[in-house]
Amino acid sequence: MKSALRIACSRRSLQQVRDFVRNHLSSRQLPEVTVNQVVLAVDEVVANFIIHANAEDETQFLDLKLDMNDHDINVEIADNSSTVYLPGQHQSPDLSEYIRQGRKGGMGMTLVNRLMDRVEFFTRGNHTVCHLSKHIF
Amino acid sequence: MKVTAQPTADTLTLLLDGELDASSAIVLDTELAKPDILNYRKVLVDCAKLSYISSAGLGVFISHLQRFQDANVKLVFFNMQEKVFNVFEILGLDALMTIVSTAAEAEAA
Repeated sequence: MKSALRIACSRRSLQQVRDFVRNHLSSRQLPEVTVNQVVLAVDEVVANFIIHANAEDETQFLDLKLDMNDHDINVEIADNSSTVYLPGQHQSPDLSEYIRQGRKGGMGMTLVNRLMDRVEFFTRGNHTVCHLSKHIF
Repeated sequence: MKVTAQPTADTLTLLLDGELDASSAIVLDTELAKPDILNYRKVLVDCAKLSYISSAGLGVFISHLQRFQDANVKLVFFNMQEKVFNVFEILGLDALMTIVSTAAEAEAA
């Protein structure tokens, strides 16, 4: 089963993205925690594309594709802007230090890497694409 | 995302209702940044109706935690849904923050 969605690069689009992923996954009897993990991973990557790659420019857009089979959930998030956004090598954050510094950000990609079984960023032409996969049982 | 504040003499209870993400985190940040909040002994966060949290929402709590600790204000979460607790757990924040099951435990914490 495949689904697609195009959204403007606005934080207000995040609710639409989460609803899209939830609706797609609702066709299967998956545990609520598993559904939330996939929703969260997609939300984090989309938020990064909106905020960091596109500076919340609402004239830019992202294309999402979801594909689910008996064993895997596969998500593609493609940024249609020409900004190359490739997050650096994942490192585990020192959260005690984050608390001491009063830091707000820097945990999103850590979450994505812990929630999903495969996380890949690459370029297609002059666009950045993210592929996420999670095994379901 | 709706944040409702219920003050008593020495405790402020914040009821969170909805989804806390990069769009709505500012609502919670505004509430936690109020200077008066440091006059309370405890801030209890009722998560019964918090149906979603992203790293932006977690970041709001993390960014205020040291300020609360410096002022001897205890931050306690309770009534957390399993899927929301799972997000705290994945990052290891359940070991760094006080998360209990019920309102009675939160009041006693």
